[in-house]
Amino acid sequence: MARYLVPLGIFLVLVAFLYRGLSLDPKLVPSPLVGKPMPAFTLTRLQDPNTTISDTDIKGKVAVLNIWATWCVSCRAEHGALLELAKTGKVDIYGLNYKDERAAAQQWLRQLGDPYVANAFDDTGRVGIDWGVYGAPETFVIDSQGIIRHKHVGPLTAEVINEQILPLVAKLQTSP
Amino acid sequence: MIPELGNFALILALCLSLVLAIFPMVGSLNNTPGWMAMARPAAWGQFFFTALSFACLVNAFLTNDFSVHYVALHGNTQLPIIYKISAVWGAHEGSLLLWALILSGWTVAVSRLSRKLPIEVVARVLSVMGMVAIGFMSFMLFTSNPFDRRFPVPLEGGDLNPLLQDFGLAIHPPMLYMGYVGLSVAFSFAIAALIGGKLDAAWARWSRPWTTVAWVFLTIGITLGSWWAYYELGWGGWWFWDPVENASFMPWLAATALIHSLAVTEKRGAFKRWTVLLALLAFSLSLLGTFLVRSGVLTSVHSFAADPARGLFILIFLCIVIGGSLALYAWRAPAVSSGGGFDLFSRETLLLGNNLLLIVITAFILLGTLAPLIYDAMGWGKISVGFPWFSAMFVIFTPFLALLMGIGPLARWKRQDPADLARQLRIALLLSLGAGILLALPLLHEGSLSAGLAVALSVWLVSTQFLSLRQRLKYRKGLTGLLRDLGSRGSGSYYGMLVAHFGIAVFIIGITFVTQFDVEKDVRMSPGQSLELAGHTFTFEGVEVVPGPNYSAHQGSIRVYKDGDEVALLQPQKRTYLVQTKPMTEAGIDAGFTRDIYVSLGEALGGGDWSLRLYYKPFVRWIWLGGILIAIGGLLAASDRRYRIKDLATEPAATTAAARKLASARSS
Repeated sequence: MARYLVPLGIFLVLVAFLYRGLSLDPKLVPSPLVGKPMPAFTLTRLQDPNTTISDTDIKGKVAVLNIWATWCVSCRAEHGALLELAKTGKVDIYGLNYKDERAAAQQWLRQLGDPYVANAFDDTGRVGIDWGVYGAPETFVIDSQGIIRHKHVGPLTAEVINEQILPLVAKLQTSP
Repeated sequence: MIPELGNFALILALCLSLVLAIFPMVGSLNNTPGWMAMARPAAWGQFFFTALSFACLVNAFLTNDFSVHYVALHGNTQLPIIYKISAVWGAHEGSLLLWALILSGWTVAVSRLSRKLPIEVVARVLSVMGMVAIGFMSFMLFTSNPFDRRFPVPLEGGDLNPLLQDFGLAIHPPMLYMGYVGLSVAFSFAIAALIGGKLDAAWARWSRPWTTVAWVFLTIGITLGSWWAYYELGWGGWWFWDPVENASFMPWLAATALIHSLAVTEKRGAFKRWTVLLALLAFSLSLLGTFLVRSGVLTSVHSFAADPARGLFILIFLCIVIGGSLALYAWRAPAVSSGGGFDLFSRETLLLGNNLLLIVITAFILLGTLAPLIYDAMGWGKISVGFPWFSAMFVIFTPFLALLMGIGPLARWKRQDPADLARQLRIALLLSLGAGILLALPLLHEGSLSAGLAVALSVWLVSTQFLSLRQRLKYRKGLTGLLRDLGSRGSGSYYGMLVAHFGIAVFIIGITFVTQFDVEKDVRMSPGQSLELAGHTFTFEGVEVVPGPNYSAHQGSIRVYKDGDEVALLQPQKRTYLVQTKPMTEAGIDAGFTRDIYVSLGEALGGGDWSLRLYYKPFVRWIWLGGILIAIGGLLAASDRRYRIKDLATEPAATTAAARKLASARSS
């Protein structure tokens, strides 16, 4: 008798998760990292496996860190917006190439254009875990002290950049 | 005025679905023929008013009525007519209306084609479909009304997303919805059978053609979507394991399991409880997909307007429909006799194995899709499950599925002597191993090993299907025997199965070869420059600006030569749509049976130079060719003459016995 209740039981567990999911907007994850120093890392540069890049390279200026991968469809969608942002010259964009293949990622930048000042190559996703990556793309705004000030989950759009990212960047740049 | 008419028609359709949901069901329970007889007229009325409402929305798009909020967001005066129509289902509200229209269409089809069925079965089936319709129509009216007006009225509409301005995508959603919603028929038959307590061969026989047709639509819809992604997104991918793609793939897998399980229930009377559970599962997964796409709990490229209020509505609806049906299952299923027995080794066992594999794959996809949500909800941190995980999972299970697919059709119902089967399969095994090794040997690297495995599996599938055909034609030799057999009763399902399994073989070759042997190159080219890729010479002739109806495009010209002869002139475009100003790529593709040559245009690099992406994609067409063959197989099976022979449906017991005799005669 009890075994006929199994499908219903599984379904109810699923519903519990889905209900919980409704209040957890994946695009608005209040990252516990906001207001904290960015996690330390040292990774090889995407363009050159012989040199490394670390969190200290980013410190000193207000910066944007964008997490992306070639397998991520939304990253392709936001790439145009990133290029536009880079064109304004108002802020340096760093990239964290997440769980990707080096050759594919290099090709991507050649093909689509390269908005990044530099890219860290996180093929294992180890650094991504420290940054609490939920799913690429994600974008962090970091102040000159290396404190994370904002996190955006999901693709950047012209609106997000103009209404959230750039005003925040301007504010951080004027009042360090 | 007309949008109000549409809104009013939608309200009337909801009222009629309430009537449809209540009276025939109650009538069937207390045996009131008058109430049961209301089912058919109510179904027709519901269809009429939903269609009227849909026509009003189409009209609003055609006449550029931007006082309707939905039209103002997604319509535009410059849109070509075909995309004005497809814009109706280009976003959340209108696609729901399409969903409701298709549901009421299926309801009418059931009411029309069920004349031979007992009235209480018809009443219950239509009534359950009416309940589903209530959910969707009230969802629309209460949270997502496509007829809402706005003021002030804008002069121009926001335009349809340029990605969707494509013929493939204009027909992709209707096909997919035909499949999703079609599964509600199997679901309703299952609920009706559970209520009536009669889960028998007759029930399986009634459900089978409906399930198969829905599955065919789903197959076509998924294939179209994959083909569209390939040529429209500009980077030659054809499947991304995106949550929304998974949402369409899971019901497909469950429906595939269901059509196989229904065959066992119809022919052998076995697996009844399992089959009914699969029927509930297949439609539940369709509904779950709706929830995932529209509630915003997961991030996806197919971004529908996400809204937690809508999410909550669908979740409650899911609880009622799925929770209610599973509770009914828990209550009624124990009373169902388990039906025909079978030995440990028999066709039944093999089909059960296939079913379990399909369900395991479905479960893994569901888990992968929901993993980010589950991790988040449990506070275990955040993860993302990407392409590699799904691909690895799929590569592990599919070979076993293909192996069983080869053995199943040869095995006998009820009991199979393993030694005898092994003797029959010997030649197929030798052939496939031989072909696999032959292909894997010359280049022993990773790619050729998986290509070898793929060829072995495909040869295995094809040769075993031929062995099965030979076994079937044991007493009808030669071509005339084959032709006579083609015309006989029950031949549709059999030949449908052969074609669909052959489609799987083609599909396996396609995905493996394109994954392992495709060549791609990112290049910078100046006009007049040539380069070599995969034995072809590509000559870039430059880029010119060409105007389109509602976009302007940079169009490159690349001539492709092989051994000095011109093979193709490819003209990839980079379009800028005038309203949404999104850049879109249109790849230049030379399609071929054994290879595609694919070029997409990158960025202008100055001095007339452009960055280009060149691809050589071997056997990529076979992926969709496989999909088409699978769909054709399904159509053949659904058109089987025995579903249409008049007196069969009314005498279920006799036909079952006849079918059994026929089946055992065939397999011996």
